[in-house]
Amino acid sequence: MRFHFKTSYDHDIRLFPDWYKFSLYAVLLLILLALPWIIDSFYLGEVTNVLIWSVAGLGLMLLTGQTGQVSLGHSAFMALGAYTCVNFMEAGLPFLAAFLLAGVVTGIIGALVAIPALKLHGVYLSIFTLALAILADDFIVILEPWTGGVNGYFAPEIWVFGIEINRWAAPETWYFLTLGTALFVTLIYRNLLRSPLGRAFAAVRDSEISAQAMGVDVARTKTMAFGLSCAFAGLGGALMGLFAGAFNNETFNFLISIQLLMMIIIGGLGFIHGAFLGAIVIAFLPQFLSIATDVLHITVPGLETGVFGMILIAFILFEPMGLYGRWLKMRTWLELFPFARRDMFRRQKSYLKTERLR
Amino acid sequence: MSLLDLNGVTLKFGGVTAVNNLSMSVNEGEVFALVGPNGAGKSTVFNMISRFYRPVRGKISFDGENLLNHRAHEIANLGIARTFQNIELFERATVLENLLVGRHRHRKSSLPEQMFFMGRVRQEEREHRLAVEEVIEFLDLQAYRDKMIAGLPYGVRKVVELARALATKPRLLLLDEPASGLSVEETQDMRWWIDDIRRQMGITVLMVEHDMGLVSKVCDRVLALADGAKLAEGTPAEVQSHPAVIEAYLGTSAISKTANAKGERV
Repeated sequence: MRFHFKTSYDHDIRLFPDWYKFSLYAVLLLILLALPWIIDSFYLGEVTNVLIWSVAGLGLMLLTGQTGQVSLGHSAFMALGAYTCVNFMEAGLPFLAAFLLAGVVTGIIGALVAIPALKLHGVYLSIFTLALAILADDFIVILEPWTGGVNGYFAPEIWVFGIEINRWAAPETWYFLTLGTALFVTLIYRNLLRSPLGRAFAAVRDSEISAQAMGVDVARTKTMAFGLSCAFAGLGGALMGLFAGAFNNETFNFLISIQLLMMIIIGGLGFIHGAFLGAIVIAFLPQFLSIATDVLHITVPGLETGVFGMILIAFILFEPMGLYGRWLKMRTWLELFPFARRDMFRRQKSYLKTERLR
Repeated sequence: MSLLDLNGVTLKFGGVTAVNNLSMSVNEGEVFALVGPNGAGKSTVFNMISRFYRPVRGKISFDGENLLNHRAHEIANLGIARTFQNIELFERATVLENLLVGRHRHRKSSLPEQMFFMGRVRQEEREHRLAVEEVIEFLDLQAYRDKMIAGLPYGVRKVVELARALATKPRLLLLDEPASGLSVEETQDMRWWIDDIRRQMGITVLMVEHDMGLVSKVCDRVLALADGAKLAEGTPAEVQSHPAVIEAYLGTSAISKTANAKGERV
């Protein structure tokens, strides 16, 4: 078992607490950088897909896992990100500028949408955002001049610093673009968590009433959470649309929102790792199922949705902390061996809440 | 000099008058207690000062500032911190993170600075941490610093809540039943802490408490409430022996009994 001997406050403030953690993530990064030379282009495409889902997943994680606001409307913001990015590119902006601006614009619109949603709690917020996701389809058709309507868009050529990002000719270019985006978003996420705003998010999630008493402006914090979350979702959406090569009003349907939500629950609500683990499950499960059905020579219609549903139910029943939560428990068990106790992670009952103030 | 003033404050929920024409003032540097039977409106007074409720009539002012012009989240910034009767901690965060939320009102960095964790944010984080560590040391919470709230026993949570309120560096501290549910030893600790908070930190304390033992030991003045109205005000001993207070707690016949008992003794 490792002991942390903290010698300064910076131990808790810096990005990596000690050399051990730093080297773990450095090795992970090196493996990721070397990946194009390790695996073939098909699997590289799959990993790219995982990273794209992770970016959007981190967006929803910030809102749902960190701030406790469940949104089923993130597919709409992903669509918004994709269409704004393409429109900026058609207006002549270089890809990187268009891409980042798409994130900013989606974030601002997300924050504006959040204002009427601020009064809604729990399931009502989910329903409101689900309505957004369903409306997005119609809006895309109505706004044909900017969205191409039902015909949609073919992804324009992407150039970054003189290098063409091409999925077919050079899959590694796409991989590095998404890896860079995922790292960028993760870094911002991590920075927020160690800043006052990240703690305000957690405060709003756990007790709005005492967050207020501590001077946290709940409405403002929620708006910020919505904005940042939608910005990340917009970046993820832009990547997803461009990576698909062509997209129209049906690409970002509300099922994407539901998949995103499932993803972060399976991965582990409230953990950055959870978004990535969930994305791995969501992206690789269809492949795994198609290989399995090939081997077994069976065809089951609707198998994928069914299996997703069952996995989600199993997680909610048996491991509400998700994959990352399960890993934390295993790690603690190993670290404390043989002193781990069975009930260490059992949630204590929470004492009475001051709900009557609302 | 009075720090907090309530002037003719009335609050109604539908047809029920929770607080009726209440006036009181808390002086700077004193420990002031609100006592009264359940449902007397003590916590409601706290919730009006915290601006969770808006009184229908009356004025509340803090150091000359009209509190009714401020929203709930602005109260902390004026220098008023509070604890809750039912403990409202951030359950899925560590003790340290909870206390750091208490430092929220002292933050200066903007959103972009926080997104990219620029120099100023790091510097501020160190300052917040130093301030929080002082509170941790004051309340002996070192052993729990990195523990999740969800796994902590009730007594410790109570102390963490006090610590979080102190981390805001308030001028006025509102304690809603600081000793409820605590053991005899823990209540003793709470008593010394309240004394030290007033003496060492110079913080004015307004508390709601049922434990008259604690109240008479730490408080300078006591106000007794019943059915939302003031019954008596004065030193703990005066209020405890006030006939109206005894009546509210024990019923009318109790007064004659105490009177008889006193008479017999004389």
